[in-house]
Amino acid sequence: MAEHTIKDATRRDFLFYAATAVGAVGTAAVVWPFVDSLNPAADTRALSSVEVDLSPIAAGQAITVKWRGKPVFIRRRTAAEIAAADAVPLADLRDPQPDSARVTRPEWLILVGVCTHLGCVPLGQKPADPRGDFGGWFCPCHGSHYDTSGRIRKGPAPANLAVPAYAFLSDTLVRIG
Amino acid sequence: MSAPGKLQKALDWFDSRLPIISLMKHSAVDYPTPKNLNYWWNFGSLAGFMLVVMIVTGLFLAMQYTPHVDMAFNSVERIMRDVNHGWLIRYLHMNGASMFFVVVYVHVFRGLYYGSYKPPRELLWWIGLVILLLMMATAFMGYVLPWGQMSLWGATVITNLFSAVPVVGDAIVTLLWGGFSVDNPTLNRFFVLHFLLPFAILGVVVIHVWALHTVKSNNPLGIDVRGPQDTIPFHPYYTVKDFFGIGVFLIVYCVFVFWYPNVLGHPDNYIPANPMVTPPHIVPEWYFLPFYAILRAVPDKLMGVIAMFAAILVLFALPWLDSCKVRSATFRPWFKKAFWLFVADCFVLGYAGSQPAEGVWITVGRLAAGYYFLHLLVFLPLLSRFEKTKPLPESIGTPVLAKAVMAFAVFAALGGSALASEGGHLTRQAWSWQGVFGTYDEAQLRRGYQVYREVCAACHSMKLLSFRNLGALGYTEDAVKEIAASYQVADGPDENGDMFERKGLPSDRFPAPFANDQAAMAANGGALPPDLSLIVKARMGGPDYVFSLITGFADPPGETTLPPGKYYNTVFAGNAIGMPPQISDGVVEFADGAPNDAERIARDVTAFLQWAAEPELEHRHALGVKAVLFIFALTVLFYALKRRVWASVH
Repeated sequence: MAEHTIKDATRRDFLFYAATAVGAVGTAAVVWPFVDSLNPAADTRALSSVEVDLSPIAAGQAITVKWRGKPVFIRRRTAAEIAAADAVPLADLRDPQPDSARVTRPEWLILVGVCTHLGCVPLGQKPADPRGDFGGWFCPCHGSHYDTSGRIRKGPAPANLAVPAYAFLSDTLVRIG
Repeated sequence: MSAPGKLQKALDWFDSRLPIISLMKHSAVDYPTPKNLNYWWNFGSLAGFMLVVMIVTGLFLAMQYTPHVDMAFNSVERIMRDVNHGWLIRYLHMNGASMFFVVVYVHVFRGLYYGSYKPPRELLWWIGLVILLLMMATAFMGYVLPWGQMSLWGATVITNLFSAVPVVGDAIVTLLWGGFSVDNPTLNRFFVLHFLLPFAILGVVVIHVWALHTVKSNNPLGIDVRGPQDTIPFHPYYTVKDFFGIGVFLIVYCVFVFWYPNVLGHPDNYIPANPMVTPPHIVPEWYFLPFYAILRAVPDKLMGVIAMFAAILVLFALPWLDSCKVRSATFRPWFKKAFWLFVADCFVLGYAGSQPAEGVWITVGRLAAGYYFLHLLVFLPLLSRFEKTKPLPESIGTPVLAKAVMAFAVFAALGGSALASEGGHLTRQAWSWQGVFGTYDEAQLRRGYQVYREVCAACHSMKLLSFRNLGALGYTEDAVKEIAASYQVADGPDENGDMFERKGLPSDRFPAPFANDQAAMAANGGALPPDLSLIVKARMGGPDYVFSLITGFADPPGETTLPPGKYYNTVFAGNAIGMPPQISDGVVEFADGAPNDAERIARDVTAFLQWAAEPELEHRHALGVKAVLFIFALTVLFYALKRRVWASVH
């Protein structure tokens, strides 16, 4: 009789733990779709890359395109600008990075136009804009100066302007993202 | 000191300052529950479970929904098509409303059968009715949010009920609308209230449970608990039983969500709201049908509204209407018969409410509505005075009789049959996506897309589809790009402020053939070619209707004369359709060389339209199979555990 009771209790414990474990797995499986629903939706993801036609941009000119809700700077650099970017010793840089690591084709500099300090959009895209002390971009919010490679040279920003993932589909067509 | 000892000390410290732990233990663990509760008592906890499901799914939907008349419909479709698992969350919510009402109605009828409204449980009963009223208001306003045709016209009809109020009626309606018709302000405030009221319900549920735990649960015998020998602690006995009940319930819920998500709704609500056109049949959701039938039974506007509200309010008077000291119908042979007649009457009311208000259904509705009040206002008082009740048992310590009756099927059947079916002459087709494992045939979808592009797209837009969606038809990424680039889409303005045309991108939507509805109507003899994105979901009969319509052209019989510019169609309502016959043998030369007789072309394009309306279908079926198998296994485990736990009680 006593043996029976113990056997029953063991079986009951087993069932309890089995049901709890399976129930916990099921609950976790239900949580995922809800959490994932907060991730970017398919229509948002479909816009996560943009193709840009570079043919109308002359040397020295820059355009701004919108990518994932943020401005992307595309500047067709002059030979002088490229040379200036190359000439800077890495030791002078707050966030040391050679220019060659920031471009795939030296003529085309492609940057996320968001200051790494607190997220403002730096000036320097339009001909009349101030470009800061180093001929690149100048962020008017807190006075960060970027050079012709988009590297931070002066002011409070901690890092260089970010380079987005991009690939040249042809000489005049680039896909960003 | 041992670790459990320390934990206990920490818990005691906490509990002596804020007694949450002892409150939980008191009300969810130790709560002395009659040992003879049957499965009908599961529906209270099921209702609580559904409230949580509705609040959670609703919160996640609200994070994606836009309460604006121009955007609400499309934002719901974005949830269905683009938001990750959005279709699942929306269908859980949409069908959850029906499931919630099934559960709550069973809960209410259980209370009616076992006399749970009698002393000392009057307050408990009234609080429950308040919850029911709040639920109805919440469900009604929720149905407005997708901003389809039924949303708009349901809201118009229900808010107009208040215009029956003498003198100030019109002022009240204007106040409800925030304008001169149901419009954007109405949608905005309904969204806010639909968001708010569930939390009010939650609060009233807490009070409901508080009242329950004060007067304690009724039981199938309806007699008072005599002492501890009649009760068992809520945990583990009823917790495990409730979990088992939730498992069984979830399987039924899943069948609707994964295979019949729209069977309890109305196709008209997949047509965007149009304040200029009322759908031919305005029918409320199934859970309002009995009350709708009572409203229509009275040929006077004000009296009809009063009768409808009275149908619920009269339930508040039950403790006085039925003064019989014996609670349970088990010991009241005549009351029991009357109860089942009353249940049948409610079903008849529901069915009458779903039928057009004409012919025999007017009489049936009136008789059923009369009987509803006859039962509550006349039979119950008479029965409670003259009925000879059976002797009551001494105590509930007698063996427990478990009646494992599940009423889901009955209610589900009611819900399904309550939907008025139209269009009897549809040619039923065997479609690949039917059945538990049904999937689309990619080759057929590609052919259907070709038919759409070469034939239908001349007049019909497909606004909810983007080129990127064509990946689901088996096209590679490059092929999708190529297809997109073969379309011209409008973009702009450019730096000069001019609109321009450019090649399509996969992220672009299908361009519409006409600039706007007016241009489309002008080019089509005044008839608007409907957008085809949701056409299969928006028509009663779905794919069979679409197939029958495009193959249903014929010569008008005998005397029939058609208005100029109309064509005779056997399926179209009124038989005179503005669309000329389009599908004929060989009208499309399929890229894959498949046979192209008219019937096959019609079938292929219907399949494509079905996919366009329900792109999530394959994923839904596959996930449904997994979900049901998993829940079934879990339910079996809970059943086995329940047997073990209850072994000592039985």
